[in-house]
Amino acid sequence: METSFAITGKGYVIVAADTTASRSIIKMKTDEDKVKTLSPHLLMAYSGEPGDTVHFAEYVERNIRLYQIRNLYPLRPSAAAAWIRRALATSLRSRSPYSVNLLVGGYDTASHDPHLYWIDFLGTMTEVPFAAHGYGAYFALSLLDRYHDPEASLEDGLIALKRCIRQVEERLVVTPGKYKVKVVSKDGIQEIDL
Amino acid sequence: MNTLVQRFSTTSAQSEINKAKALAADDQDFDDFAWGSEAGFGTIAKGVPTFSLPAVPDPRAFLRLHTDDHADPNCRIKIQHGTTTLAFRFKGGVIVAVDSRATAGSYIASGTVKKVIEINPYLLGTMAGGAADCQFWETYLGMHCRLHELRNRERISVSAASKYLSNLVYNYKGMGLSMGTMICGWDKTGPSVFYVDSDGTRLKGNLFSVGSGSTHAYGVLDQGYHWDLSDEDAQELGRRSIYAAGHRDAYSGNTCNLYHIKEDGWHFIGNYDISKMHYEGPGNVPGSENVGYGYDVRVVGRSSANPPPSAPTPVVAA
Repeated sequence: METSFAITGKGYVIVAADTTASRSIIKMKTDEDKVKTLSPHLLMAYSGEPGDTVHFAEYVERNIRLYQIRNLYPLRPSAAAAWIRRALATSLRSRSPYSVNLLVGGYDTASHDPHLYWIDFLGTMTEVPFAAHGYGAYFALSLLDRYHDPEASLEDGLIALKRCIRQVEERLVVTPGKYKVKVVSKDGIQEIDL
Repeated sequence: MNTLVQRFSTTSAQSEINKAKALAADDQDFDDFAWGSEAGFGTIAKGVPTFSLPAVPDPRAFLRLHTDDHADPNCRIKIQHGTTTLAFRFKGGVIVAVDSRATAGSYIASGTVKKVIEINPYLLGTMAGGAADCQFWETYLGMHCRLHELRNRERISVSAASKYLSNLVYNYKGMGLSMGTMICGWDKTGPSVFYVDSDGTRLKGNLFSVGSGSTHAYGVLDQGYHWDLSDEDAQELGRRSIYAAGHRDAYSGNTCNLYHIKEDGWHFIGNYDISKMHYEGPGNVPGSENVGYGYDVRVVGRSSANPPPSAPTPVVAA
């Protein structure tokens, strides 16, 4: 019952993921961080098959870092997302594909705008103003259709996020529990305690 | 002697036939006696309604074989499953809103289905799950509500009506009935909404949504709902929630039918095209700003880009 959300606003992207790591019907851990910092202006929330998720996220993290070391500048969000998508698409046709769903959010310091990419384990990628994975998507997407504002301040963005979390808590049978929330903007990445 | 043995033995085929004859005769007697009385309508006087089942040893297996169980997509009968229906109670009565799409698998069988069943001028039922099951049993419920009125000289309460339906479907539990319905109305206690499904569940509540699009509808409904909503705002919330589900759920859509139940019974408010609501809004109706509900329509011209104030603007040569 993993759930992750991401919302763009005026000059930022909020990326949030629940913090439970479960196996079958058991919660193994309740403070797992499933939002990875890939570079100073890039965040990635991952969910899916246990094992695959962390493995793939670390593979991506190292490769993005490698690019930065080799070229002395980081990948822009669109390029990073394209590389991640390609990695998933290649893996899909391999003997053991990664079953990982991602939300990649970044701030493009060159064009001064936030970008958010929704990517699934099949290698589908689309750029969106807001996104969700897991059962939470069934509740949050209609809600954000109604309440999302591309020019929202960070406070208003967080209010929209809280709306989503509250809605899922209210209606989903198995509530994911706590969330890890991170924001990327021109000032880099900061973690927010809801 | 032989006939005597036959008559009282419990195993012989002849005795089975005799018993059946005796039963049939009883039925006949009863019919004669009850004919023309208040109880003369079909089998009602016997208390528990009876319903003919498929003449096979195991009716459940039979139905499962011929309806669209997940295991067999090539079955003969496809039952309509995808739907969004909602109903909520507030200070001004009850709002009932539904979509109008009927699907059979991935095929849109109809876009103009009436999913609100007008049981009587004070009672509405919604339709999710098997269209035939809902239509038949809610019409049947309407018949009993009328009989209740005639017998007791007062209207049936929503609670009693819904209990009647839930007891009825519970009798058929496991035999393949498929319905998820809200029985809504206004009685002595004021507005009320009951959720009844074919499992036999019956729940009293303020706010329900049923069907494949229900989660999407809940997303908008829960956030906008409170008890003190004005009539106009409540109607707008119902429309918007069905729009949200029609937009996001592939098995819901086409149009939205909206009803408002007040003290004097239900009122049909209108039929709204979901695509039209997306681009242009619901039209000139109370409670609506009459702008498109669609996300793209709502945020047109707004941008998340955040250029620094001192950023030099590129000069384009004339």
